[in-house]
Amino acid sequence: MELKTALYDTHVKYGGRMVPFAGYLLPVQYETGVIAEHLAVRNSCGMFDVSHMGEILCEGEGALENLNYLLTNDFTDMADGQARYSPMCNENGGVVDDLIVYKIRDCCYFIVVNAANKDKDFLWMKEHQLPGAVFTDISPSIGQIALQGPKAKEILQKITEESMIPLRYYTCLADCEAAGIRCLISKTGYTGEDGYELYMAAEKAADMWEALMEAGKEDGLIPCGLGARDTLRLEAGMPLYGHEMDDNVTPLETGLSFAVKMKKPDFIGKKALEEKGEPAITRIGLKVTGRGIIREQAKLYIGDEEIGITTSGTHVPFLGYPVAMALVNKEHSLPGTAVEAEVRGRRVAAEIVPLPFYKKPKK
Amino acid sequence: MRFPENYKYSKSHEWVEFLEDGTVKLGLTEFAQEEMGDLVFVNLPEPGDEVTAGEAFGDVESVKAVSDVFSPISGIVKDINEDLLDNPALINQDANSAYLIIVSDVEEQEELISAKEYEDYIAQL
Repeated sequence: MELKTALYDTHVKYGGRMVPFAGYLLPVQYETGVIAEHLAVRNSCGMFDVSHMGEILCEGEGALENLNYLLTNDFTDMADGQARYSPMCNENGGVVDDLIVYKIRDCCYFIVVNAANKDKDFLWMKEHQLPGAVFTDISPSIGQIALQGPKAKEILQKITEESMIPLRYYTCLADCEAAGIRCLISKTGYTGEDGYELYMAAEKAADMWEALMEAGKEDGLIPCGLGARDTLRLEAGMPLYGHEMDDNVTPLETGLSFAVKMKKPDFIGKKALEEKGEPAITRIGLKVTGRGIIREQAKLYIGDEEIGITTSGTHVPFLGYPVAMALVNKEHSLPGTAVEAEVRGRRVAAEIVPLPFYKKPKK
Repeated sequence: MRFPENYKYSKSHEWVEFLEDGTVKLGLTEFAQEEMGDLVFVNLPEPGDEVTAGEAFGDVESVKAVSDVFSPISGIVKDINEDLLDNPALINQDANSAYLIIVSDVEEQEELISAKEYEDYIAQL
């Protein structure tokens, strides 16, 4: 039996097509359809219910030390209100999950994890809790709405004061009020577009949703489902847990070395990553040059030689052609390399291209 | 959703129109179109290819998924709707007119149902 987020009734009211996802019933799309929703985010603004994500607090004198031990990134030099992305590794260097840590203040960190992993993550954190730190799963009490697109700021300004809107990417303001609702506003997202994520008490999520819909009416704001969330992140070349990484893929193999600080004295998985050395595989982007769509788990070939496997793939609506991401042997990872994917018994041609596929235009 | 009464329907969600010259037009039902969502790719056979009742002759892909398209009849592909290759969204716009293929030399066929029966069938899915 799937759970409902606090916005379930709102989705039904807006015509959401509800499907099970990570234990929740969520809209895969609304009546507008995936393509229109995707384009709304690229061209004006779209809004997503992401209340299914997990939220965990890490508090206490030992919180910083615990995070530095638990996660691969380094949280030492963070200012209040800063956010930082990190993989969380197991002892073998595989990825337990990837997540975002917000520093609310000294000794208080707010961690956002993938919906499908939240129970596993919380257990893992508790198992590796150090003296002086406490992890608390607050997921059920938190609603989360993502407002994404070039018009996001204009829309948000209509329901809150300018001083409550974080200016820099990957920062947040913890004590905000928007539409009369207490919330945390962060300048983050999973679409490759400018935008914000708003965290509030779950029971206030529906009011916040309606306030944003009203504020965004003139700017073409529409609700978007999981389908567009996936095509947007893929078009922006962003990895997704369970696709580009999992328990058996290391963050170095999937191109996340920027968030793995090997110079830190110790963290879970460091020893294994050191022993494995330079990874033999790497994550690449593919543009389909033949006819068809290459989806995940398609084997890739150069001639008869198997060089890797795709991890995500579909037609991306803004670019208007099919792309895929894949993990391939490093010696065959150069942009411009022609490859073939095995798709339902036939070969589809593709070319390795640099990631991301899409980059938002500079202002 | 609209299901023309002069068409016959398969339980795998194709519509069939028997033309006066003995050939048959095949398309996807509005129900199938809605279930798939925005279509972005269509793969069709070539004229002259054989299609076999109960077997896939092509596939359609939305951003979400790929689906086989089954032929409820056996015969020879006489013509295909080439417009769909460049613009699969035509199926989303009007599934009842955006046929996929025209089949000649029609032999056996699977059990086909009327518009009314098809509506009853999808209502209980």
